[in-house]
Amino acid sequence: MKRRELLATSAAALGLAATLGSTARAQSPLRVGFIYLGPPGDFGWTYAHDQARLTAQEHFGDTVETFFVENVPEGPDSERIMTQMALSGADMIFATSFGYGPSVNAVAQRFPDVAFEHATGYLQEAPNVSLYNSRFYQGRAVIGHIAGRMTETNKVGYIASFPIPEVIRGINAAYIHAKKANPDVEFSIVWVYSWFDPAQEAAAAEALIEQGCDIMMQHTDSTAPLTVAQDAGVLGFGQASDMTQFAPDAHLTAIIDNWAPYYMHRIQEKLDGTWEAGNVWQGLPEGEVEFAPFSDKIPADVQEETNALIESMRNREYHPFTGPLNRQDGTPWLAEGETADDGTLLGMNFYVEGISGEIPS
Amino acid sequence: MLRLEKRPNPSKFWNYATPVTAVLLTMVAGGILFMLLGKNPFEAIKLIFWDPLFSEQFASYSRPQLLVKAGPLILIAVGLSIGFRAGIWNIGAEGQYIIGALCAAGVALAFYPSESWLVFPLMIVAGAFGGWLWAMIPAILKTRFNTNEILVSLLLVYVAEKLLAAAATGFMRNPDGAGFPGSRNLNQYPAAANHELFANTGLHWGGVAAFIAVLFTYILLQRHILGYHVQLAGQAPRAARFAGVAPARLVVLCLGLSGAFAGLAGMFEVAGPARQITIDFNAGYGFTAIIVAFLGRLHPVGIVLAGLLLALTYIGGELAQFMLNLPAAAIQVFQGMLLFFLLALDVLSNYRIRLGVSPRASEAV
Amino acid sequence: MDFSSINPVTLIAMLMVAATPILLAAIGELVVEKAGVLNLGVEGMMITGAVSGFAVAVNTGSPLFGMLAAILAGAAVSFIFAVLTQILMANQVASGLALTLFGLGFSALMGQSYTGIVPPRTPKLDFGPLSDLPVVGRIIFGHDILVYVSILLVAAVWYWLNYTRSGRILRAVGENHDSAHALGYQVKKVRILAIMFGGACAGLGGAYLSLVRVPQWTEGMTAGAGWIALALVVFASWKPWRALLGAYLFGGITVLQLNLQAAGVRIPAEYLAMSPYIITILVLVVMSSNRGRRSLSAPGSLGRSFHAAG
Repeated sequence: MKRRELLATSAAALGLAATLGSTARAQSPLRVGFIYLGPPGDFGWTYAHDQARLTAQEHFGDTVETFFVENVPEGPDSERIMTQMALSGADMIFATSFGYGPSVNAVAQRFPDVAFEHATGYLQEAPNVSLYNSRFYQGRAVIGHIAGRMTETNKVGYIASFPIPEVIRGINAAYIHAKKANPDVEFSIVWVYSWFDPAQEAAAAEALIEQGCDIMMQHTDSTAPLTVAQDAGVLGFGQASDMTQFAPDAHLTAIIDNWAPYYMHRIQEKLDGTWEAGNVWQGLPEGEVEFAPFSDKIPADVQEETNALIESMRNREYHPFTGPLNRQDGTPWLAEGETADDGTLLGMNFYVEGISGEIPS
Repeated sequence: MLRLEKRPNPSKFWNYATPVTAVLLTMVAGGILFMLLGKNPFEAIKLIFWDPLFSEQFASYSRPQLLVKAGPLILIAVGLSIGFRAGIWNIGAEGQYIIGALCAAGVALAFYPSESWLVFPLMIVAGAFGGWLWAMIPAILKTRFNTNEILVSLLLVYVAEKLLAAAATGFMRNPDGAGFPGSRNLNQYPAAANHELFANTGLHWGGVAAFIAVLFTYILLQRHILGYHVQLAGQAPRAARFAGVAPARLVVLCLGLSGAFAGLAGMFEVAGPARQITIDFNAGYGFTAIIVAFLGRLHPVGIVLAGLLLALTYIGGELAQFMLNLPAAAIQVFQGMLLFFLLALDVLSNYRIRLGVSPRASEAV
Repeated sequence: MDFSSINPVTLIAMLMVAATPILLAAIGELVVEKAGVLNLGVEGMMITGAVSGFAVAVNTGSPLFGMLAAILAGAAVSFIFAVLTQILMANQVASGLALTLFGLGFSALMGQSYTGIVPPRTPKLDFGPLSDLPVVGRIIFGHDILVYVSILLVAAVWYWLNYTRSGRILRAVGENHDSAHALGYQVKKVRILAIMFGGACAGLGGAYLSLVRVPQWTEGMTAGAGWIALALVVFASWKPWRALLGAYLFGGITVLQLNLQAAGVRIPAEYLAMSPYIITILVLVVMSSNRGRRSLSAPGSLGRSFHAAG
């Protein structure tokens, strides 16, 4: 029985003299652990992962048992929690934040029979570490297009968290498509150095509106910027989940993270014994990136264009990063018709041409 | 009516009995909380207090982890306790911890990929220096300009956090990390790695440092003239001045020492369990250590016990979370209750409870 | 570089809003510290107020009831601290930190069913045509009620501390509890009341975040505002109007740095992000080195337990 072997090997790997009291249960459910960076109630990043967990749990019923630990800081705490999960007999562990990387790999080496799934990372130092990521930039391209078409002041405000590739990629994707839709568009970017700080995000939104921005984009988790937009009579987009109710007039649509298809797929493979470590980056085509219903505020023709854009990415005809594209300093990046490779995208730390300001470093 | 009467000396019996009573009371109150949340209270309490220490499944891993988790808390807390005794309020150990780690990692990365055995000792020096330096800002502002050290040390935590984010995403980013934030993994850099000294004991150099720090502080406070000055400054500042204690020197010394200890803790953490500089490298050790210092009654041995107890509730709390699906918030409330009970019952070792009202102490009800 | 695109009038209007939650909490803590008690639990009391206010506002449909509930909840949770430190003589620093830990956990637990819910909105006060006046229209007549409450509270506390008998008693208790006791003042009663006042103010400050500023409930949403409030009391040298100054200074730099970023000023964002903390320190350094030392000193008995010798 797999479970028993797992415990035995892991114990041996740790050099423990643990006596294993439990005998293998033939029909015991597959135990799947999740570690979350925030609380499931953050209505943002962790909320999306937890929704997917719940969907998977419902789908598999008694054959799978999911459990989680929330508010796990990256670093030693995450390593300890994953180890204890493995010791408790977990068969599979989803680590849902980039910073868990080194810990995931360290724990995976000690527990070769546990399947590790690490979100948005890049390290694979053990054969049982899988990486998965989502092409949120496809979503950013879509809202960038809407913003470009709908801004009247030609200024779009962007509230950014930390200067990391994920965030920079989103800014670039949004900018490129806003620019295509509206050559006069400008982006104002404010870095708040936090994933979640409602007061700070609200102040940032106010500052951007004050500078004449009439559409807000955010790569932070709170609903504060949208509420500010609502009060100021400007527009905005939800983050990670449908935030319409917080700002019914301002909310145009939202990029929704849907991890459920991937989670169900991988858990099924683990159940079937066909799970293998992989490295996938899914998006619109796989249903991992979705959109909240479009607001009536978006004119019909814009909705039509937007749907066409979504469709072109969904059936893989169009790549949001297609040349000709230059870097911010004017040096060529992608030639006509050339598309960006995943490696460059994953490590993206430059703006494309046209964005003003510097990436903090 | 009940009233309190101060004991001439703290009660020996209650000194030991109150922590035990507090833990028992927390078990009862926490059990009720867990029951209200629809969980089996006995199972939850067992997972928190018993399983990390004695269960066959977890203990052989969790027990050493107790040292890993408690080590930095103890190291920071003993440093803070010296200043607290003297009435010098360093609330910013979190910032000193961050800067210590940044300096140490900076030294390590500057020499990458050196194989010299000198790298690690240099990192220790850099870590202590970094923490010391960050603590010197409030110290010098206090002595030169009379600026309150609570404010300066606290606000510098935020500055240190921004520096940390800038380092992780900018100047310390791993050049081989495909553009991702975070420094190189120091565990994979043998000259800089702070591995376990003996396999599966959880003891790394940070634990050794904590032990030495505890011993050092104990001797300092008990045997050294400085320890006497610290006590005097805390209890009777004016008398201390007459006794020749230079307040400015004391401020520099206490803040510097606690800063250096916090910096060291950051150094051992970044080179060891944390592996690398990341945006969220600091996990609140600097603030938790303040609680540890007071729970340990500012006594080195007490701090060791308090650090271990708190570490136990962290580790056990994690077990309870995923074994019973308890929300993290419930564990936090549970820890809060434990602290309340520990603090509340301390009264028994310092005071006697008497019946009746004394005429001059009507408000001491 | 384009400083001209930053309008000082709107900047002032924005900073007043940004500073209000920390100002409310700070003015409460100021009274607590004036009574000689150091309560480091501001963050815990704020977040308790934030969740209680939110829950009650959602259930009653009235933001006003929500704010009242936040005041009560803040006072109630601070009562734990009062019992610990005043009756059971526990250490204040540790009790305050424990209160923060407890408050963060308790609020997260209570708030679990309130995430993703929209609270009833708090309208801005309607001053009619006054709000359309140039300059003063936005600064003076363009806010919600709590902005005015916070300023009135500062004025009231200032008046009360300096010009009323009970205010003087509170200060006497904070300066030297032994003499105050000898004069027949009820040290513990004064302190317990002060602590609960501080809790009430912090609770209201939290509710301002969850009901007006954001408005949303998410655990940990105060994001350190309580700690800033604590720092401001020290910054203010325990003087009410200087707490207002400090809150507006801190709020102002926070808002200004975001505005500078939005306006595309070429100062690296990471340094701008540090600036509110660094400038607050620098201003305090300048103020503390220019003034006589006496006026800066903390209440004499701050942080010390009082036990009347029997």
